[in-house]
Amino acid sequence: MSEADAQARANDVARAAYGKLVAMLASRSGDIIAAEDALADAFVAALKTWPERGIPNKPEAWLLTVAKNRRTDQLRKDARLVITDEANDMADARQIEPQEAQLDERLKLLFVCAHPAIDEGIRTPLMLQTVLGLEAEQIAKAFLLSPTAMAQRLVRAKKKIKSAGIPFVVPEPEAYPERMSGVLEAVYGAYAVDWMEGDGDLSHEAFFLSNILAELAPDNPEALGLTALIGFIEARRDARLRNGVLVPVPEQDVDLWDRRLIDHSASILTEASLKRTSGRFQLEAAIQAVHAARSVTGKTDWRALSQLYHGLMQAYPSIGGAVSRAAVVAEDAGPAEGLRMLEVINHDGLQQYQPYHAVRAHCLSELDRVAEAAEAYGNAISLCTDAPSQRWLAKKIENLRKKMS
Amino acid sequence: MRYTFLLYSDPAMSANMTEEDWAKSKEIYGQYISALHEAGVFIETDWLHPADTATTVTLAGGEKRVQDGPFAETKETLGGYFAIDVPNLDEAMKWAEKCPHVHYGKLEIRASAMDSV
Repeated sequence: MSEADAQARANDVARAAYGKLVAMLASRSGDIIAAEDALADAFVAALKTWPERGIPNKPEAWLLTVAKNRRTDQLRKDARLVITDEANDMADARQIEPQEAQLDERLKLLFVCAHPAIDEGIRTPLMLQTVLGLEAEQIAKAFLLSPTAMAQRLVRAKKKIKSAGIPFVVPEPEAYPERMSGVLEAVYGAYAVDWMEGDGDLSHEAFFLSNILAELAPDNPEALGLTALIGFIEARRDARLRNGVLVPVPEQDVDLWDRRLIDHSASILTEASLKRTSGRFQLEAAIQAVHAARSVTGKTDWRALSQLYHGLMQAYPSIGGAVSRAAVVAEDAGPAEGLRMLEVINHDGLQQYQPYHAVRAHCLSELDRVAEAAEAYGNAISLCTDAPSQRWLAKKIENLRKKMS
Repeated sequence: MRYTFLLYSDPAMSANMTEEDWAKSKEIYGQYISALHEAGVFIETDWLHPADTATTVTLAGGEKRVQDGPFAETKETLGGYFAIDVPNLDEAMKWAEKCPHVHYGKLEIRASAMDSV
């Protein structure tokens, strides 16, 4: 087997099993840093051994055994990293645990990362790194932080987990109402990070985790709400880009939507609503359900969207919701109304928020205030960080130019 | 693991407490201490004189300096502590929420570093 094959296989295993392996290595000591170091050593050993000896039958068990030995070496204060053939003797390690137990391990790590004693702002980054195996550099980019600052914050959080004695356990069901919201937020954050530019693996994992959480807490309406929300958005995956250019939801080809997933998400949302406790994720899922209904009715119900956004803003105000609401109002009640909604938004960082400028530009353009619209699109494009949206904005500017000349 | 609860509050809040209030407070804390004992997690507790009676000593910088008063003037000051022995932070947080202090002051949970050295 070539080195490239071994590397590819090691990467596959890393992706699929990273969080599980970290959790298994860290759950007793609580030391995530040591677990990640040991696992990194194991991957190095794999890259050396696998091309020569072939991929072991149970690559995860192999990595776990090597990592455990590495950690034991570390504990013996033998800090030197020695890569030997010893790993090969363990290629048939039969320690791999049953599927359910592994899942449990990963859930424990998820609850550790979103523990109330961990700063809210670092929960999603922590989860992205320890559960899903992202590099600090990638995470820093997604959160608009310098890699050094992000790395420092991640290390600080991991040190706190160990020194404060945060337990690696799935909490008792009584604690779900309190503990679940942090976990759901972190999972949604992970989903959102990958959505536009990622290769989809991460959002797939996030969707998977949301499903697991919904299974774990079937009586928690927000866990169901998040699963439905992500399901509705996932269902549109194949329609969101056309030749690398963003396609806004109301303009997407509904034939490219995954009808089965839409129906499934709709039934989960119904299930959630039967619990009679509303929440942010249920409202956001309801908004996506209205978009999804276009595949049946042939048109977008802007009035319903406007009302749902009104409800969302009353209970869970956010800059994203406020701007989306203005966009919806512009369609329902006209661009002048949309513009008015934008003017009353009072949020820190509004001027740095790309969608604000894009929606404003759209309203201005509809009102034939072409010069102002062009300027607003210019602002939007300069703040835009993902390529598909940049191309979409560039197209809008081009259309405006044609209108002007 | 050994956890210490540091109890911070604004001393002005207890300035106007009557004899009766103190008796009531003593009783409430007594119940909490009994509960800790019964659960087998109690290590020790203390209730301190106000921070303005503190004496702060340091040899940092090479020479001895003694200051009349707390090291930092803050509105909320350390008024007492509990030390308990529970397996993890979740358990510590459960006991923290039951501590009568949290209804009027702030409670800082710190894990003992003795084990990790």
